[in-house]
Parts: sequence; structure tokens; C-alpha cells
Amino acid sequence: MSNQEKIDSTRRNLIVATSVVGGAASMGAAIPFVASWWPSERAKAAGAPVEVDIATLTPGELRVIEWRGKPVWILRRSQEMIASLGKMTGRLADAKSEVPQQPEYARNETRALKPEVMVMEGVCTHLGCTPELRGADAKAEMGAEWGGGFYCVCHGSKFDFAGRVFKGSPAPTNLVVPPYTYLSETTILIGEDKKGA
Amino acid sequence: MKRFLVSLALAAGFAFSASPATASEAGYRLDRSPHDPNDLSSLQSGARIFVNYCLNCHGAQFMRYNRLHEIGLNESQIRDNLLFAGEKVGETMKVALGTKEGKDWFGVPPPDLSVIARSRGADWLYTYLRTFYRDPKTVTGWNNAVFPNVAMPHALWTLQGERGLDIAGAKDSAGHATVEYRWKQLAPGALNASEYNATVRDLVNFLVYIGEPAAQSRRRIGVYVLFALGVLFVFAYALKKNFWKDIH
Amino acid sequence: MSGRLMAVWDWIDARMPSLAEEYRKHLAEYYAPKNFNFWYFFGSLAMLVLGIQIITGIFLTMHYKPDANLAFGSVEYIMRDVSGGWIIRYVHSTGASAFFLVVYLHMFRGLIYGSYRKPRELIWIFGMLIYLCLMAEAFLGYLLPWGQMSYWGAQVIVNLFGTIPFIGPDLSLWIRGDYVVSDATLTRFFALHVIAIPLALLGLVVVHLLALHDVGSNNPDGIEIKKHKDPTTGHPVDGVPFHPYYTVKDIVGVVVFLAIFCSVLFFAPEMGGYFLEYNNFVPADPLKTPAHIAPLWYFTPFYSILRAVPPLFNSQFPGVLAMGLSTMILFFLPWLDRGAVKSIRYRGTLYKAWLAAFVIVFLLLGYLGTEPTTVWGQFHFEAFFLDTRDVATWVARLCTVIYFLFFFLMPWYSVRDATRPVPERVTT
Repeated sequence: MSNQEKIDSTRRNLIVATSVVGGAASMGAAIPFVASWWPSERAKAAGAPVEVDIATLTPGELRVIEWRGKPVWILRRSQEMIASLGKMTGRLADAKSEVPQQPEYARNETRALKPEVMVMEGVCTHLGCTPELRGADAKAEMGAEWGGGFYCVCHGSKFDFAGRVFKGSPAPTNLVVPPYTYLSETTILIGEDKKGA
Repeated sequence: MKRFLVSLALAAGFAFSASPATASEAGYRLDRSPHDPNDLSSLQSGARIFVNYCLNCHGAQFMRYNRLHEIGLNESQIRDNLLFAGEKVGETMKVALGTKEGKDWFGVPPPDLSVIARSRGADWLYTYLRTFYRDPKTVTGWNNAVFPNVAMPHALWTLQGERGLDIAGAKDSAGHATVEYRWKQLAPGALNASEYNATVRDLVNFLVYIGEPAAQSRRRIGVYVLFALGVLFVFAYALKKNFWKDIH
Repeated sequence: MSGRLMAVWDWIDARMPSLAEEYRKHLAEYYAPKNFNFWYFFGSLAMLVLGIQIITGIFLTMHYKPDANLAFGSVEYIMRDVSGGWIIRYVHSTGASAFFLVVYLHMFRGLIYGSYRKPRELIWIFGMLIYLCLMAEAFLGYLLPWGQMSYWGAQVIVNLFGTIPFIGPDLSLWIRGDYVVSDATLTRFFALHVIAIPLALLGLVVVHLLALHDVGSNNPDGIEIKKHKDPTTGHPVDGVPFHPYYTVKDIVGVVVFLAIFCSVLFFAPEMGGYFLEYNNFVPADPLKTPAHIAPLWYFTPFYSILRAVPPLFNSQFPGVLAMGLSTMILFFLPWLDRGAVKSIRYRGTLYKAWLAAFVIVFLLLGYLGTEPTTVWGQFHFEAFFLDTRDVATWVARLCTVIYFLFFFLMPWYSVRDATRPVPERVTT
């Protein structure tokens, strides 16, 4: 009967309408709970960018600072260190930094904004140990072919002075370069690049 | 019946939304604080006063500096005007004065002021900050009409100047015993009475804000939520009516 | 439903027929009286609030720190630094008060319609156990913010246990885990509040509902709808299936409740200091006792009774006993009420007068418990029996007597009461 159908469709429409509005309201109610899992203001403040003064950093000197709980290396590369980078190409797994372990502005030969200063995370990309600086003169332990860089004692991964991983290392990728920018000639801000993400 | 209960609940809510006290425990009548939570320039002024006059001894350890963008300040304004001791803008308003020193110097460590407006109330704070008077019998040389024998000296005395208070017993028109307060200005401060009241109003405004920074969001979201529930009610009620017309 | 969906459902149903069976038994074929009124919303609302408290409680536990040095700060962390944290906190604090309001109205429904009478005494007993667990849950939870009221309220209540003769002091020491309320007390109260009592509550709610469904619901007329069944279907003629009729009606109840709840939550979460006490925004200080220690509003009637009873033989224990008895006596209601009818609609003036008196003294005791005993001033005359001249205390004493007489005299006046004949079929 048409009367019956009319009632049924009204009822069905009301059920649908109430469910839709109720569903929307429930989604709204869920927002604060989901939001509460994002990093809190305290976490964001603790993970805030760190300013580093490099005025007193001498060539060949490595400084370690903490950012977001990780060690970040700032190395003022000497002329020999910069020169050594060009000679490594054949022995590197990712010489052109094709895997995105660095911001776009660090996707160059020296993997840095300015070649004299290297900024990278001191975290081995194999299983997370902190590699050690091994100069070009460490040929006794590192072998005659060693041109200088970083050596991870945990499982033997090797990286050059631009953090690029050597072939044959357990580590699969180059060391991560965090976002950073120069606030002045002698101040670096780690954790933020002013020109966008 | 339902409507009656709703209006009863709301009426109760309004009745009970008075501030924590209308008379201080000492019996001094409290003035109503005239602050306006929507006045951003008042809040900014209050922030400046707080940082310059209060933060030396008191902390506000639950309030982050960078949250002050909510009262219309950008990061460089916060950095240039409100940060003094090399703190970062994401840090909280901690105080250098340790608990031990505070206790040694004042007898009781100055309490943290993050939620003082929620425990004392705006009216109490507004009156308290305007009723300090000179009293040679106390350790600091200051006393307060709302909080007798308080350990705190008059932090804003350079602005209000020095005042004296005579407290006398008297009888009111019905013959009941009352207390009479007679204020006098002993030495002028940098501000006159109405300027000082405005300053304290701004400071109290700021204290109320840091007591519950989410208050404005709370009220705004509340309007949307009640509206949404109103829409939901219309549909839910229509649905109920539709099913129940089968019965009886 | 589409063919695919039906196929999935059939697969599940073949392996777990109890899903469909229980659905039929408790929803689609549970016949409830068709004349449920306003007072019948509060059972489902109580379940709603229980769910709300559990969910918000879980999310609060993700950020709260149950440590005496960190607790107060962690609550402010939730209010300020956690996105949406302030909403979750306010829902939980408003929910606690809402829970008691709903439960008191739910119990009142039981009182006026005789829902505790045979054969529903067990439902009432489970309900009373739920009420006791709820009071414990609220008391335990209130210590967690570690404010002045949290600390001193807990101190006072634990000291009440200390008044019990012989075992009192050791019992208090055992409850606290320390010589005063301290971190040890906080951590154990946290564990009880977060998991132990909620589990007990959930179990009790389940058996409360199972016991109800086995017997069938009461109704505002207090008559048994199972007496008149349709000869063909076997269903009570005055009954309607709970689903869809009461599911759809309870949804309206939920929406109205949420509107009131959200009005409080978003516009007056402190409720003038009744839901969030002002003094609790001061961190707990074991060396500074607040001028007025008062429990939250939902405990104040019983607190009033405790305060009203004077010390006897230098002990506050009689007051503690009276307070305990005032709650426990509710358990005996099914056996105290010997009236001929269940529902107040058919009771006489005598019973109605006593019930009205009970409601008035309960509310009055509740109000007096929120204020200091000096709130109504002093009597201006002396007398040998006036151990205190506070007017409020004497009013509270009178109220306490009436409160207990409502129960003690019930076996007499419920029988003496001139009831009216009950109908055969339900009315609206």
C-alpha cells in the first residue's frame, strides 16, 4: 500500500538523517582525544630548534650538540677534508645523495649549505650507534685506502667527511642532514630552515 | 518537566558563577574586578607588569612564554620585552628565587601564580593589590587589609605610593558593631589613583588569563557544540515521535 | 543488507549464535512496559556517564603522573600543553558530578515506584553495591589532582577509619601506607581508581542488568505487566520491545542530557566551586590545614550526618557509625517497605508525607554539608544540653533524626498507609 511505503520511507529517512548528524557529532567529540596524542607544547618546546655559535670552531674541530634527543655534529672542515671528498666517489654507495637523507639544499658534493661547515646527525644509519671521527692519518687502523671520515665501531660502517656511506658498510644510507640555516656568518640554527619546510 | 530542570540547572550555574568570595576572610569587602578578558591591550599591559614586578619572586611555572601569541604578541615582541634571563620563548615562566631562599627571606616561599586567579578569584586579587598600607609593626614594614600580616611587601609601591590605614571599631545605623577603614595617602607614587586602578586591573586580567588560557576557546567551542546538539535533538526527537506513534 | 554483508553475518552467526540470541533476549525481544516516563531515562544515562568517565579517564592516564611531586603539575600540563587536554579534563570533572546527579535521580525513581520490591530485591542490592563503589571511586579519584582539598579531604576520611575502636589507628596506617597521606597513598589510590574499582563497577553493572532482564522492568504504576500476556504471541500486552522503542527514546534522553552537560562543561565547569573546588587549585601542603574542609556536594548529606552527631565517650566513632548506617540502611529498603502497593501513585497521604519529609531533609542536609556549621548563626540563650549553640548543627541533628525515622518507622507506616486500588493495566 502506498500509505505504508510513505511511512516506511519517512522512518528510513529519519533514521538516516539522525545517524548522519549523530555520526558527525561523534566525529567532533573524537577530535580532542585524537588531538591529545600529537606532541604536547612541552614536547615541542623541548624539540625546538637550537642555536649554535660557531665563531670559535677551528678547522678540523668537531662539536656535538643535542637536538630532539639526538647528537648533531658540526664539523668545520679543513681544506684537505673538503678536497678529499672528490676522491671518494667510486667507493661510495650513494655519492650523489639520491636517497633523501638530507634537505634539498644539502644535495650536493659537500652535502652542506657552505662547504666549510658540515652539519649532520651523528647517528649511524645501520642500527643507531654514534660513529667516531677518524682522520686521514688513521691509516694504521683503517687501512691504506682510508682518506678520512667517520667509523662506526659497532658493526664497521664507514662514512666520509660529508657523511656519505662507503660501499661494503652494513649501513645502507648516508648520514642524515637535519634542516638548518645560517642566522649570521657565525650562528647556525639547527632544526629549522628559514626558507620553508 | 525537562525544560524546568534545564532552566533550573542553568540558573544554578549562573548563580554559582560568582567569584570565590565577596568578603575576604579578614572581613574587608572585596571590590568587583573591572577587567575585560577580551581587551588584548589590557592583557599585554598586564603581561608587562607581571614580568617586571612579580616574576622576580613569584613564578608562573605552568605558563609558557610562547603562548602569549594568544593575547596578540608575536615572537619577537615576547623575546624583546618579556624575556630577561636568557630563557627560550618555548619555556615556562619559572622564577630564579629558590624555595629555600624564599622561605629564608620571607618566612614562606612566594607561591607560584599560575592558577592564583582560580583559587583566590579576580575580585580578591584586585582588592588585595590595592590595599597595602604602611605598618611599622611588621617585618617588611607593609601590611594588607585583605590579607592581614601577609609576608609579601608592596611590590607595586613605586606606582601606588605609600598609604596608611586606620582601622576603627564603629556602630552602624542599626547599632551593630562594624569596622571602619580610613585610608590616607602618605607619599605619592608614579600613578594617581585611577591610573593605578587601571594598572592593577590589567595585571589581574593577565593573572585570570594565565589561570586558564583556554577559557576563550572553551566558550567559543561551547557555542558550536550546543548548536550541534540542538540540531541533533530535532532529528532524534522526530525519530522518536515517528516510532512511538505506533504505540497507544 | 547487501548479499555480501548477509553472507558475512551468516558465517559469524553459525559459529556464535549467542550474538543473535543475546541481542533478541536483551534488546529486540525484551518487552519493557510502555509507560516509562521521565524518571526512566536515568539508568541508560548512568551507563552513558560510566562510558564517558572510562574513556576520558583512559586519556587522562596517558598524561597524568601519580607522584606527589608531579601530580599537580601534570594536571596543569594536561590543561595547557596537551592539545584538547582541557576538554578531556573538564569532561571528567563534570562527569563525576553528573554521575552522582544521574545516580541519585535513578535511585529516587526506585524509591517512588517501588522498583526494589519483590522480586527485584537483588537488582536493588546490586545497585546499592554500585553506589558504594561509585562513592569509593569518587573519593579515590579526588586525591589524584593533589590539591589542598584532595589532600586534606583524604586525610579526614582516612582518619575516620581511625576512630573505630581497637583496630582504628592500625587500620588508618594500613590504608595510608604511611604516617600521613603521602605519595604511598597517592599511588595506591591511583591503582584502585584507574582499574580495580572500574572493573568492579563494570561487573556489577552487568549483573544489575542481567538480574533486571530476568525479572522484567517495573513501571510507574508498580504493576506487573507479565500478568497479562497476549494469547498468540506470549508477549505482555502492556509491553513494547526495548529495541527500537526505548533505544530511540533513550537517544533523545542522551541528547538532552548532553546539552545540559555541555552547558556546564563549556560555560561553568567550576560550577561556582561545587564541581571544581577553588582551594584545590592550591598544591597540597601537609603543613597548612585549610580553614574549611568540605567534601564535594554529592557526599555532603552524609558528611552533615557525621558532623551532627556529637562525640560520645570522647570518641567521634558514633558519628562515623551514623554516617555509615545512613548509607547502609538503604540496602534494607525491600524489607522495610511492607506497603500493599509498589508505586507512589497509589500510596496514601501518610506515606507521601514521610517521603516528602525524607526528600526535604536529604536536600537540607546536603546544603548544610557544603557550609561551615556557623552558617546560620548562634542561639542567643544558654542551656545545659547545648554542647554547641550553632543553629545549623541543631537543624542537622533534627534532619538526621527524621532521615533515620523515615527508614525505622517504614515497617509501621507503610502498612498503616491508606492505599488506593491499583489498576489491572498500565496507565500513561
